[in-house]
Amino acid sequence: MDEIRLKIKRQDGPNELPYWEEFAVPYRAGMNVVMCLQAIADNPVTSEMLPTTPVVWECSCLEEVCGSCTMIVNGKVRQSCSALIDQLNQPITLEPMTKFPVVRDLRVDRTKMFESLKKIGGWVTVDGYFDLGPGPRMAADNQQKAYHFSRCMVCGCCCEACPQYNNRSPFVGAFTIGQAFMFNMHPIGGLEKGKRIDALMGVGGIADCGNAQNCEKVCPKNIPLTEAIARLGWDTTIHMIRKFFR
Amino acid sequence: MSQKVKIIVVGGGLSGLMSALKAAEKGAEVSIFSVVPVRRSHSVCAQGGINAALNTKGEGDSIDAHIYDTVYGGDFLAHQSVVKRLCSAAPGIIWMFDRMGVMFNRTKEGLLDLRLFGGVKKRRTCFSGATTGQQLMYALDEQIRRHEAQNLVKKYENWEFASLVIDNEGVCRGITAIDRDTMEVAAFPADAVIMCTGGFNHVFGTCTNSTHCTGYAATEVYKRGACFANPEFVQFHPTAIPGTDKARLISEAARGEGGRIWVIKDGKPWYFLEEWYPAYGNTVPRDIAARAIWKVVKDMKLGINGEDVVYLDLTHLDHEALAERLEGILEIYEKFVGDDPRKVPMKVFPAVHYSMGGLWVDFNHHSSIPGLMAAGECDYQYHGANRLGANSLLSAVHSGMVAGPAAIEYAKGLKKGADAIPSSLLDEEKGRQEDINKQNIAMDGPENAHLLKKELSKWLTENATIVRHNKTLKETDDKIRELALRFERSKIHDTGGFANDEVFFMRTLRNQFDLARMIVLGAINREESRGSHYKPETPNRDDEKWLCVTRTSYTPDGPKFDYSEKVEILDIKPVARRYDVAH
Repeated sequence: MDEIRLKIKRQDGPNELPYWEEFAVPYRAGMNVVMCLQAIADNPVTSEMLPTTPVVWECSCLEEVCGSCTMIVNGKVRQSCSALIDQLNQPITLEPMTKFPVVRDLRVDRTKMFESLKKIGGWVTVDGYFDLGPGPRMAADNQQKAYHFSRCMVCGCCCEACPQYNNRSPFVGAFTIGQAFMFNMHPIGGLEKGKRIDALMGVGGIADCGNAQNCEKVCPKNIPLTEAIARLGWDTTIHMIRKFFR
Repeated sequence: MSQKVKIIVVGGGLSGLMSALKAAEKGAEVSIFSVVPVRRSHSVCAQGGINAALNTKGEGDSIDAHIYDTVYGGDFLAHQSVVKRLCSAAPGIIWMFDRMGVMFNRTKEGLLDLRLFGGVKKRRTCFSGATTGQQLMYALDEQIRRHEAQNLVKKYENWEFASLVIDNEGVCRGITAIDRDTMEVAAFPADAVIMCTGGFNHVFGTCTNSTHCTGYAATEVYKRGACFANPEFVQFHPTAIPGTDKARLISEAARGEGGRIWVIKDGKPWYFLEEWYPAYGNTVPRDIAARAIWKVVKDMKLGINGEDVVYLDLTHLDHEALAERLEGILEIYEKFVGDDPRKVPMKVFPAVHYSMGGLWVDFNHHSSIPGLMAAGECDYQYHGANRLGANSLLSAVHSGMVAGPAAIEYAKGLKKGADAIPSSLLDEEKGRQEDINKQNIAMDGPENAHLLKKELSKWLTENATIVRHNKTLKETDDKIRELALRFERSKIHDTGGFANDEVFFMRTLRNQFDLARMIVLGAINREESRGSHYKPETPNRDDEKWLCVTRTSYTPDGPKFDYSEKVEILDIKPVARRYDVAH
């Protein structure tokens, strides 16, 4: 294979119409989609050798720990840095995520995701940023479980794949439920478990989940999101019953 | 000064967010500027762990031992009082993160677990799998979100720092920044500005850093008068997966947990680090390991299958322990190389990794421009000529904890606050940056700036990394100057006014030529070998002449060097640095 053929869905601005452009990039073994976009930036011409502008996208770590480079590659939402050319059918289609507003080309605005984390109190409320001595002990098993959730990059894959998540619905998204679950597992974070459960019983909370289970399938870090959703489903029921009897 | 103190933090990684939290805690109005959403900062790439002498393994560890290992590991180039302060603060920092919810690995008793890292004999590295930077970063991202929800901190994400606002008395009064989407330039007044913009290793091209670790911002303030220090000291991490877009890091933790480095010699595995350094074996510090691997591959021509790689072997380690302690790096190797490190040894080679050098700061993190501070990897303070593994997550956080409150102390002493800054000063700098953007967009010559950047990086990587020679360093400096001139005759690839990444590429590259000259000329001048800086023509350390800080100032003709600042020696007298025997 001498060259890699790409079909990229472009858009010049948030209020512009999308259009497709095709590119041909010299092949080297071990390339990934980000490297193709970098090659286009080095020499921005279409496959018909017409000059164009570099494709705009987001990337940072190039090793799947930052969550920047999410896009739809050959119809599947994933991180583009780990989308290896040797494993993809050509022509490779690249599209921006559909659940977030497009800024330009493949760059979308994912601010909404970070806002959702505020709704569930997505932090541990500490007294201050000074030395108060060691924190409480935590069982190694619990840490191993919670650790998986602590890998959430807020990349957006679960939101893209979720049928319930869109710009008409206030659903906070599977990742938010996973984070709530994680904070509830921490000895100090768990002191505010009730608040987080209350939030998930509100608008856009856990009741909006339709149990499609797409979220866990597409999560690049294999976070056990459906387990968090199931457990928190139970927690909200018990919480509601307890409150009723107080 | 009765109004709230206004602090600007440039950079949203561990040092930036920690500075912001400490400043907000003391009631300041804090604004954070970051080129990426802060949760995506380069700090997330750190893998192995963060050091503290907790002494919970019954090994008789102590803060003094941590201080000694750090000073020794830095080949005695670090001022000792700051290393003392760093290591003393470490346990408190770990415990604070523990309380914030960081999912550190736990022992059977439920305490924080500790692992062994390079250049030390005591286990003092707290870790969260092999993704520790990510968990620490997320904890601070969450705390900032908590402050945001109460309107105590404001974030400008996807904004790129453009320049400093400096008044006619030479005092820093704020910054200008550019919205990466709308391309709007705006000026922001502040009582103090804290630069937390990380390392500059992307000037070398392929490195372990994220794409935004370009050194643009640190070099920009250097050009406005902030001294740089020790630019020639760049760390080469011994074990990274070779690649063209990135050298993907395989943490030192792999060796701390028992991983072995080897090549084939005389038909059988040769564990050369174990043979050459019996006391530390595979966990010698990074400069030692990188040079050893370089020698075996480049000089002895023993690279695996004739390639520039050696084996890092985990196949003999228990799979459950690997899953609990090194999963993150196994994942990276599997995803990007396609092999399973549990079954086959990994192929690795040294790569550019960390900037020990950076903006010069004093004990309280003030730079040489009043009103401008620096913290994190972009300052030069803690690691001397070589950084020990797991000390950088520590120094990033600790420096932020010092810089935040120090910024407020400084601001309280100002006669005029941020509100008294004349708008003409802000407008002037804003206008200057808008003009620079226009000039960049108008660039229309025969050269391709992207190819020039690749050439710059190629020359630096070939001549200014693990083994340095004055002759080729001088040729590299000539090349840098040639490329800088040719760059001004290149054509920008995007002339649009919206989400134009090319404008930032051009702005960044222009500064990278100045940065590259600092590194190369600093390397030529320092006629000794120390830590990561190795020149075969001067192979020994020379404490008589070179136990000093390389202070670098900008002039239009190039960097000016000053070696009058002697390294502060307290209790730890410099001795020969050896890892073949215990020190």
